[in-house]
Amino acid sequence: MSVEAWGQIRSNPKFQTFVKKRNRYSIIMSILVIFAYFGFILLIAFDKAFLAQQIVPGGVMSLGIPLGVGVILFTIVLTWIYVRRANTEFDAEAEAILEESTK
Amino acid sequence: MNPVVTTLIAVVAIALIGFFGTAFGAGPDTGQTQQQATNWTAISMFAGFVLVTLGITKWAAARTRSVADFYTAGGGITGFQNGLAIAGDYMSAASFLGISGLVFANGFDGLIFSIGWLVGWPVLTFLMAERLRNLGKFTFADVASYRFAQTPLRSFAATGTLVVVAFYMIAQMVGAGQLIKILFGLEYIYAVILVGVIMMMYVLFGGMTATTWVQIIKAVLLLGGATFMAIMVLLQFGFSPEALFAKAVEVKTGLAAATGKSAEEAAKAGASIMAPGGLINDPISAISVGMALMFGTAGLPHILMRFFTVPTAKEARKSVAWATTWIGYFYILTFIIGFGAIVNLIPNPGEYFVNGDLAKGLNGGGNMAAVHLANAVGGNVFLGFISAVAFATILAVVAGLTLSGASAVSHDLYASVWRHGNVDSDTELRVSKITTVALGIIAVLLGILFEKQNVAFMVMLAFTIAASANFPVLFMSVLWKNCTTTGAVVGGTVGLVMSVVLTVLSPGVWEATLGNPKGSAWFPYSTPAVFSITSAFVVIWIVSLLDRSARAQKERALYPDQMTRSETGVGAAEASAH
Repeated sequence: MSVEAWGQIRSNPKFQTFVKKRNRYSIIMSILVIFAYFGFILLIAFDKAFLAQQIVPGGVMSLGIPLGVGVILFTIVLTWIYVRRANTEFDAEAEAILEESTK
Repeated sequence: MNPVVTTLIAVVAIALIGFFGTAFGAGPDTGQTQQQATNWTAISMFAGFVLVTLGITKWAAARTRSVADFYTAGGGITGFQNGLAIAGDYMSAASFLGISGLVFANGFDGLIFSIGWLVGWPVLTFLMAERLRNLGKFTFADVASYRFAQTPLRSFAATGTLVVVAFYMIAQMVGAGQLIKILFGLEYIYAVILVGVIMMMYVLFGGMTATTWVQIIKAVLLLGGATFMAIMVLLQFGFSPEALFAKAVEVKTGLAAATGKSAEEAAKAGASIMAPGGLINDPISAISVGMALMFGTAGLPHILMRFFTVPTAKEARKSVAWATTWIGYFYILTFIIGFGAIVNLIPNPGEYFVNGDLAKGLNGGGNMAAVHLANAVGGNVFLGFISAVAFATILAVVAGLTLSGASAVSHDLYASVWRHGNVDSDTELRVSKITTVALGIIAVLLGILFEKQNVAFMVMLAFTIAASANFPVLFMSVLWKNCTTTGAVVGGTVGLVMSVVLTVLSPGVWEATLGNPKGSAWFPYSTPAVFSITSAFVVIWIVSLLDRSARAQKERALYPDQMTRSETGVGAAEASAH
């Protein structure tokens, strides 16, 4: 059943557009995470003083701590944004295409 | 009764007799420097954990009839449950005790590792989670070998799995042995045997169902305990992080001044915990460590295996989102716990430091910061709780590792390579159970063999191999249409060999572990990941492009079907048989 169904799905132009759209979204999201993380790592490697500076003059909190915790929160939030969109919008779209293609 | 069951019960009985035998015999001063007084609170809490989890194993055993039940809990775990279980697999004792210890010693630098360990998750979610679920059945080799020649690819994937499992396992077993001396006041050997036997019971009888529930329970206990500690620390400072950090800087400054530093130097040392320090010096090591942590996550076999325990791609995505949330939350907690340890432990050297001397370090070593803090904020009962949870953590992680090692042997090597898939569920199940026992025994032997070795580099090595061998092969086979069997196997092997060889030649192993003179290491960076990952990808690419064989043509022609299934899940439903 599968082999035949795969051919039918693939020949639906909507499927091709859908896969391209979803993959583009995945790649953009991945690049965001990689940029945030390697940006942080490169700051550590090349500009420690930037991360060491105090946020409030005279305080102890350095810029590095909220930035680091920020990367953690950013990671979590981005993951949920992706999963929410994939589980609702993309899944509904995929289902509609499957139904249309295998009729 | 089944002879295997009888033998195991006998082994457990002997181990327990030995365990409690020494516990009774062990006085506060047995002459061994590391061993502490027997801690009955911790031991009884741990015994409680073992009883409950063995009860669950009994329940799970009744539901573990087929190979699908054994490897993937029949695909019946929900996304939320699986998320907790993944978090449980990932929050090892190394990340709990290791990172909080690192923060205790260096402050900010601990955060670098936490973040690295976390950022692999979204990438795994965005690029792999759904495709893994749609293409796979029991192991990541199912996914990687989908359109390729089974024998070479599965042999490679099983090797990648077993090597990663072995290094990860040695680190866990040695950690268990050292922890039990400090936490329970028992001897090294009993920890190793106890972990081996109990985890064997989970895996052997309860398969993935029991292993998953053990992970879930442990994850909840660990998250609960860490949350309590972090709240107690923040409570001391009216929930002001600024006040906590200010006090930590003050304490560290005082510590530096006490060791004879000038006021200016001491202030500098105190402030250093708020900024990146000497952990990462050269940019190449920084990027390399970053890549190993980030991509290693997407190549750890015991983590990848969890994607097959959920029924749909939707649940697979949900599980990683939950896992990312819990792990991220946990790392923020360990950061607070590390700082909490600075402000609570250093002012009380008499209680927490060797001979009360700040210069001699914490009782039981730098990794004990979180454990001592448990005592400081929650008293002896909470100390017992955290000790029991730390030990339970190792037990659960070792069970997950064993299960993934067993599936690589029985599903990839035995059923697919040796029997070419002509094997019934019962036989495969029997082989995986025999493998589980064999791996359990090997784990115990490795734990004994490596007792006196420095195994600190092994978790990092496991991540480097996972990132350089398993991840590139998985990634290219799923996402690149021109990838061929030869390309994948040759490239993956290059990644594997480079990871191991260059790690051995790096300062961390060549000098610190093998004892060669300082500066003699041939490879100057902390991990070879940046070179080994890149090489693996480049070799897969070049060899695949040069591959003009008929088999390669056939494999490329199969890509569209594979892509359609990986994108839609059509044809995947039959994968989890039930």
